[in-house]
Amino acid sequence: MALDRWIALILLGICITYGYTAWFTMDADLAPFMRRNPIWPSTFPKVLSIFGIAASLIILLGLEKGEQKIGEIDHRRLTDYFLGQALLLLGLMVVYALCLRPLGFLASTSLFLITGSLILGERKWHIMIPVSLIATLAVWYLVQEVLGIFLRPLPYFMGT
Amino acid sequence: MLEGILIGLQTALSLQNLLVVIGGCLIGTFIGMLPGLGPMSIIAIMIPVAITMGDPSAALILLAGVYYGAIFGGSTSSILLNAPGVAGTVASSFDGYPMSQQGKAGKALTIAAIASFAGGTIGAILLMVFAPMLSSVALLFHSPEYFALMVVGLSAIAAFAGPGQVTKALLMTVLGLIMATVGEGALFNLPRFTGGIMDLQSGFGFITLAMAMFALPEAIFLVLKPKNLGEDGGEIKDLRITRAEARAIAPVIGRQSIQGFFIGVLPGAGATIASFLGYAVERNIAPKHEQEEFGKGSIKGLAAPETANNAACTGSFVPLLTLGIPGSGTTAILLGALIALNVTPGPRLMVDEPQIFWAVIMSMFIGNLVLLILNLPLIPYIAKLLAIPRNFLIPFILFFTLMGAYIGQNNATELLLLVGFGICGIALKFANYPLPPLLIGFILGGMMEDNFSRSMQLYGGVNFVLERPMTMILLLIAAALIILPVLRTRKARKAAA
Repeated sequence: MALDRWIALILLGICITYGYTAWFTMDADLAPFMRRNPIWPSTFPKVLSIFGIAASLIILLGLEKGEQKIGEIDHRRLTDYFLGQALLLLGLMVVYALCLRPLGFLASTSLFLITGSLILGERKWHIMIPVSLIATLAVWYLVQEVLGIFLRPLPYFMGT
Repeated sequence: MLEGILIGLQTALSLQNLLVVIGGCLIGTFIGMLPGLGPMSIIAIMIPVAITMGDPSAALILLAGVYYGAIFGGSTSSILLNAPGVAGTVASSFDGYPMSQQGKAGKALTIAAIASFAGGTIGAILLMVFAPMLSSVALLFHSPEYFALMVVGLSAIAAFAGPGQVTKALLMTVLGLIMATVGEGALFNLPRFTGGIMDLQSGFGFITLAMAMFALPEAIFLVLKPKNLGEDGGEIKDLRITRAEARAIAPVIGRQSIQGFFIGVLPGAGATIASFLGYAVERNIAPKHEQEEFGKGSIKGLAAPETANNAACTGSFVPLLTLGIPGSGTTAILLGALIALNVTPGPRLMVDEPQIFWAVIMSMFIGNLVLLILNLPLIPYIAKLLAIPRNFLIPFILFFTLMGAYIGQNNATELLLLVGFGICGIALKFANYPLPPLLIGFILGGMMEDNFSRSMQLYGGVNFVLERPMTMILLLIAAALIILPVLRTRKARKAAA
């Protein structure tokens, strides 16, 4: 089965779960006075669930005729591309999200930028390190000191 | 009116106010480029500075400069990085980013600058002429018409449906609308589809979703299959627009200045709807061969939303200045600033304090002109961003993507959501599902449901469609905009068979 149909199948599951909640469980706790309204909090979701299920089924069953196009990257030959780098960068983003608070903005951001370049094959340390540090400090200064949006600069054990 | 214009010019052209407008435009442009900081946040940040200036005219001129600068700055990150920081510039990335990818970043930014200038300037002329009259017309638009207007805005999805892909675009729109229902709705005050997770009470963040669906998949695709964006120099810095291109975008700019302005006048409609509608209308009236270019780097597809959002921003001043009603979040903040400066906007403003009313209008002209003069020489340098080596550029794009989501919500969980949605976005892109309809559905979904619910309550059901002719007409237009491309494709397929 083609990838777009697999995705349609997943979306069908999401729409059915969403529709089930809207049609059968959402209105249980509705206050009596709200039940007299012509519109309930579930009305719009009910309509959407019908559209969602219908559209997913049309794609899943291949009812709409159209040419099958491969996108700009052929997902069936992912190993021909720089897949490892892409996965490592996604992993790095997750690590950054988890480290931002405990490590502080300055350390986590400069490490993120240096490691990101490293993953992509850069080895010019004399450029990577100063560029990352200057960019990190500049963004921190602009966001916190100029715009007043708090970004904890240092690790948690060194105070705010 | 002539006397008013002269008073306004006298105030706006003083040396102090000229410096203020230049400073405001520069600050707005540079901060606006940061994803996550839209005009509303930047104006809010600048209010203390404006208030300490003491002079209401100078303060408003500063804020107007910041406003226009921020809109242009937001378009820059949309066009260069596919990272729209605010909803109003999402439509600019549909064709602006493909142009950048084709090595035409300089041209795309020039078109954006000129379209913004024209939209803002023509909008200011319309504001001068029609402001008092329009304020009363705007109040005739009620919830049913707003609901129908948003349905017309949604019809922009047809622009992203390739041959035989209408259902995919429709499914993405529905998914966006579904995501917009997560959290506490404005009308019901009940948490919906949150699964008991506190962080979802306020729903998904717009910036998180925009970054996850646009910027992150693009950056990862650049990693998977490196492209030469601008290392070869040459065209990337080229600002020139050919005569044929100028001729092609001139009518678009003219139409969208007017349409965008009138949509901006409607309280609550604003730049986002104006830009989507502008894009949808221009695509639908374009000749067939040009329609196929939309979404792939069409200059008309870039000029339309850029003109419309700027004209709408100017239009949103009509209810603010003439009725004291803020038509958008940004004008609500401006209203707060006006009140803090002891100025009460409303029908008496033009009579009691004409110097302020006209100075604001004149500052719009000057602000737009200053923005154009300042930005055109800067464009080659801004566009050169794309010539930064890939090994440095991609980590920075990913970092700004993360920062946009973090600044917007100040919550590290948002970053994890961003990566999760980003992976979904990448999978959808692999399978050729168009992503812009998802974001359009998400942006318009909340407003659409609120207006739909209010209409249902006011009219006791769906009778509002029949009872309000304007609503009916708008809904029929929307249906035609969705159905006609399908019929056209079917006809073309039959002819080919």
